[in-house]
Amino acid sequence: MTASRNPFAYAPAPESRAAADIASSYGLFVDGKFTEAADGGTLKTVNPATEEVLSEVAVGGEADVDRAVKAARKAFRTWSALPGSERAKYLFRIARLVQEHARELAVLETLDNGKPIRESRDVDIPLVAAHFFHYAGWADKLAHAGFGADPKPLGVAGQVIPWNFPLLMLAWKIAPALAAGNTVVLKPAETTPLTALRFAEICVEAGLPAGVVNIVTGAGDTGRAVVAHPDVDKIAFTGSTEVGKQILRTVAGTGKKLTLELGGKAANIVYDDAALDSAVEGIVNGIFFNQGQVCCAGSRLLVQESVADEVLHMLTRRLGTLRLGDPMDKNTDVGAINSAEQLDRITRLVNAGDEEGAERWTAPCEIPAKGFWFPPTVFTGVTQAHRIAREEIFGPVLSVLTFRTPAEAVEKANNTPYGLSAGVWTEKGAKALWTAQRLRAGVVWTNTFNRFDPASPFGGFKESGFGREGGRHGLEAYLDV
Amino acid sequence: MLSAFPADPVEVTSSEAALTRFLHGLPGIDKVGAESRAAMLGTRSIKKDAKAFAIDLAISMIDLTTLEGADTPGKVRSLCAKALHPDPGTPGTPRPAAICVYPDLVAEAKQALGSAPVKVASVATAFPSGRAALDVKLADVATAVAAGADEIDMVIDRGAFLSGRYQAVFDEIVAVKAACGSAHLKVILETGELVTYDNVRRASWLGMLAGADFIKTSTGKVATNATLPVTLVMLEAVRDFRAATGRQIGVKPAGGIRTTKDAIKYLVLVNETAGPDWLTPDWFRLGASSLLNDLLMQRHKQATGRYSGPDYVTVD
Amino acid sequence: MSESRLAVNKTYKLYIGGKFPRSESGRVYAVTDTKDRPVANAPRGTRKDARDAVVAARKAYPGWSGATAFNRGQVLYRIAEMLEARREEYASEVSAAEGVGRNKALALVDASVDRWVWYAGWTDKLAQVAGGANPVAGPYANWSTPEPTGVVAVLAPRKSSLLGLTSVVAPVIATGNTAVVLASEQAPLPALAFGEVLGVSDVPGGVVNILSGPLAEVAPWLAAHQDVNAIDLAGASHNAGVASVRDLEVAAADNLKRVLRPDAKEPDWTADPGVARMLAFTETRTVWHPTGS
Repeated sequence: MTASRNPFAYAPAPESRAAADIASSYGLFVDGKFTEAADGGTLKTVNPATEEVLSEVAVGGEADVDRAVKAARKAFRTWSALPGSERAKYLFRIARLVQEHARELAVLETLDNGKPIRESRDVDIPLVAAHFFHYAGWADKLAHAGFGADPKPLGVAGQVIPWNFPLLMLAWKIAPALAAGNTVVLKPAETTPLTALRFAEICVEAGLPAGVVNIVTGAGDTGRAVVAHPDVDKIAFTGSTEVGKQILRTVAGTGKKLTLELGGKAANIVYDDAALDSAVEGIVNGIFFNQGQVCCAGSRLLVQESVADEVLHMLTRRLGTLRLGDPMDKNTDVGAINSAEQLDRITRLVNAGDEEGAERWTAPCEIPAKGFWFPPTVFTGVTQAHRIAREEIFGPVLSVLTFRTPAEAVEKANNTPYGLSAGVWTEKGAKALWTAQRLRAGVVWTNTFNRFDPASPFGGFKESGFGREGGRHGLEAYLDV
Repeated sequence: MLSAFPADPVEVTSSEAALTRFLHGLPGIDKVGAESRAAMLGTRSIKKDAKAFAIDLAISMIDLTTLEGADTPGKVRSLCAKALHPDPGTPGTPRPAAICVYPDLVAEAKQALGSAPVKVASVATAFPSGRAALDVKLADVATAVAAGADEIDMVIDRGAFLSGRYQAVFDEIVAVKAACGSAHLKVILETGELVTYDNVRRASWLGMLAGADFIKTSTGKVATNATLPVTLVMLEAVRDFRAATGRQIGVKPAGGIRTTKDAIKYLVLVNETAGPDWLTPDWFRLGASSLLNDLLMQRHKQATGRYSGPDYVTVD
Repeated sequence: MSESRLAVNKTYKLYIGGKFPRSESGRVYAVTDTKDRPVANAPRGTRKDARDAVVAARKAYPGWSGATAFNRGQVLYRIAEMLEARREEYASEVSAAEGVGRNKALALVDASVDRWVWYAGWTDKLAQVAGGANPVAGPYANWSTPEPTGVVAVLAPRKSSLLGLTSVVAPVIATGNTAVVLASEQAPLPALAFGEVLGVSDVPGGVVNILSGPLAEVAPWLAAHQDVNAIDLAGASHNAGVASVRDLEVAAADNLKRVLRPDAKEPDWTADPGVARMLAFTETRTVWHPTGS
């Protein structure tokens, strides 16, 4: 279905860029104020859809991180001593302000990250507000959370977050930390700092005491400084398994409490008795949501051999309707890849798929001239031995494998060092539950995929990390239990 | 491509048991998944040229309907005039596809429309409940056809369907189709009474196998009429049926579609589910009445850049 | 008259996969009591014994983790029964190993029996305490359950040879994990003897495997083993060195092992254990399912 043949080609429907103001430069947010980095370092953040420079942000060094930790330590004394009901009200305020600024935040997120405005508007930002609402309610109910009569906060939390859901990951980190009475030093990803900096302004608007939230922008070195700082009591990291292991080694022997949410290579199992139209939607949502740059993406489709041809036919037909392009367009389904580095990684792994003999199918999308793009891609003829079936690609690339029996599906699904998420599609309830029970994954979506909720714990088995974010379980990461 | 569909559609309709096996063997539909897909498509933002195109297309797909106990020849003539001149002050406005009336008013409508390319559709088969003997229903159809109806909108026997007597439903549609002669047959599933999406899919296939030219959601006379997810399921059915048999069937959501925004959501659904082949009045209709004026007001807005009002479109 | 009969000394053996092998090293080391008097020899376990034990634990995992919680409770209770029946024997072991008098040793055995009973009762309750339904904002059923982490290596406490051992092993297997236990290097005999209790209980072979040997030689291999999912460092040293907490944590990082760090000093094992040790070796799995007709 090409635009020229279809008379009902949708006209551009761009969201207004004017909904967000972007300053030409941003400092670090330390102790309630924006300040420059001690050594004056900066980095540029670009719009991955256009390669246009959006702003220049400070790069925090060790001295800056130290200043932020000191501010957080100082604030911890009063913040942790506040009645939970008072902390709750600050968090409720933040939740409301996020809702009030929702459109602006969605625009900012899409410009900085490259994800479609439909997703930042309908998924990311509503979940951010919901997460603060959820944990606001916990702040004065910690004694009822099952962690003892009077659980205590840990102190200063150092938090390092990725670029795929910039503000949502911030919410997942900051909301439970603050609810439990901790203070935080958060480092956003180097390619997506803008919503975190806007969030800092929201903290000011909410009247949050200085030092409770500190945002130190920068790249890997800044993150390492946060992790290594001796006065940080807890490290929370979301990112690659490789960096997660480095953090574990850094923290070893220090007694710092840790939670890690790392990579994945989720299997999406489609049985022959699945509701196939819904399953196809689930497959699409599983791997092309956020351009596949999702740690829990359903990157391995395990389809029962008896329906494999049919499912592939339905899938490629459906992928033909995906709309790739300007992330600010309200009708865009597939946006830009977040960075040139990420695009390189995707390209390398896809080339490995070709070299290892898998058959590549590419959705018929026009690729814009500027920016970082990768079209929805499906590999068939993939086996467990292929790199594209084992390594996390973190892009819009689906590997299709087949199976014959439920036991084989489970065995293949679990045959990975990762264990973050999995999907199961069958209309037979007993089989869905049997399968879910056997999947070594922290989140199992049966007859759905990529659903998130602040009340639902999220996190991995095995090399996908440990600790949970969301719900009552998510409090444990920030309490002395 | 539906693997549940055998090469020979005659075989699956060879006996009640075969029919039941086939219908119950169709892949299930996940309610939450279907509704979230429909809701997502409902967020498409249709602007500028695409919107102008969609408005005109939607107008041309309307089955302009009056199905009241209080219908009179005067009311029908007035509706026909509206169909012929939907927007008297704006030449070039497309006409609706058809007028939809009860059988006893078909002759009136035919006369009012003359040779204009606006079809006359008639509901029949003891519309809306369908609770009558088969010969009564066939007589109802015959009356409408004899009066010149181009299209017959029949209702299926929901009681028979819900009690699993698929053969009875099938045979009745076959009989009505025969009685239609050259008139096109739209089969109304009354999805609000079938309730589940699995039933909608089964009834869609049953209707198509029995010879429907169109499958239609609703009579407009029950609590729940056309919805986006129900229409999504029916569009999937016609898409799959064509892939399996090579025969294209039309779809008509009816009831409760009142605004331009609603109508455009349906067109997006067609475009991204069955595909652009269905984006013509031959293959997609909207059963509605007040929708037309809302589309006309939006058309004014497109032309003039300012919002129109109900005093600037004709009420017939 | 005592010289009229020579006592038959027990040869202490490892407990791996439900069997009682000698160490593959073919070597032993002399175990002394707290006053440095020789008591018996213990197998000098090696990395290869650890490897075999991990294989046995992995093999036992699907059956044990897949057993019903009720069944696991029955099995744990059976362990308590078998230990109770041998309390005098184990009191002698503990007395020799820990240098405590008979009454104290009997009290420690009784506390161990009671601890097994306590954990036997936990098997079908933890999921209700630690899991539950999550009220998500949408048409979905959503629930979380604690699931076993997998194969867990346990460095048993150095001093408390039976109660400490029980207190670290029972929570690991109660939730469906299987265990590879490295007994206290100084006081391994009660642990090795405990293998005999397991052998006559209904514990499937491989669910608990007990090794003895030098901590510094064996522990790093367990910490680095890629098919071990978690490690309890109860018996590790806080001092720098090859079996230090720090080094073992670094080794454990390679496959993201869950690490339970030891307290600064060995805790009072008679205290209420709470649920922390069970939760340390469970993973929360959350399942979503749409609700619609």
